[in-house]
Amino acid sequence: MMGPDVTWYLAVAGFLFAIGTLGVMLRRSPLIILLSLEIMFNGANLALITFARMHGELDGQVFALAVMAVAASGVVVGLGLIVALNRRNLELDVDKLSTLRG
Amino acid sequence: MANFVVWVVWVVAVFACLGSGAAVISFTNPFYSALALIGNLGSLAVLFLLLSAEFVAAAQVLVYAGAVMVMFLFVIAYLGRRADSPWRGGPSWQALGATAAAGALLVEIVVVIGQKASGRLSDEADISRGFGGPEAIGRLFLTDHLLAFEITSIVLLVAAVGGVVLGSEVKRTEELEA
Repeated sequence: MMGPDVTWYLAVAGFLFAIGTLGVMLRRSPLIILLSLEIMFNGANLALITFARMHGELDGQVFALAVMAVAASGVVVGLGLIVALNRRNLELDVDKLSTLRG
Repeated sequence: MANFVVWVVWVVAVFACLGSGAAVISFTNPFYSALALIGNLGSLAVLFLLLSAEFVAAAQVLVYAGAVMVMFLFVIAYLGRRADSPWRGGPSWQALGATAAAGALLVEIVVVIGQKASGRLSDEADISRGFGGPEAIGRLFLTDHLLAFEITSIVLLVAAVGGVVLGSEVKRTEELEA
């Protein structure tokens, strides 16, 4: 394989996942949390595709496509929730949405 | 020479990818965050191409950077100024804890990769010309992974129904409250 070997791609995937985690934990806006979630999904996808290349099997790429579909579904539901929050005039802050807290 | 060009493309794509990822989580205006995420997805598509995943790279640009991000931008435009999320002072131990947890996660991942890197990770399999093309992926999707394919369609259908329900529920609750 030309260019960097598999290890470097996996390191990038790990960094992406960590950046996404940081965004999910640091930010309080549900929109930015959803965007950070996308970064985490993409880190996982990069690892899947790297392993598919490493083993020479396409199953990892098929799985990455399935992950993309699941991520799209997640975004639909998440954005639907955000629009519903806005309709009820609730503040867009995940710390303030604590009605279901035990 | 070709190897050098691949390295240069890789380094540029990785810097764009991680830089725009950091930009996504640091902008206070979600509109800029969403634009940065488009850059992140685009540079990831370049990495996918380098890993000979042509079809996934194309799907990434079409589905993610195209459709999903347009949906995001529509919602951000709909929310207008309410979508802004300035950095608040807040309890700083929370931010410190979050950073420490993300750092610990990163160290964990890097250590695991480092332990495996000396062994089997460094040898890549030889691949045929059609690897990662639409034909090979489509064949695999409709034979070995048919069940996953069908389940994916059900997941998307349920998400679409959920989106409609969440978007149109407000009238009923208003009637209940009145």
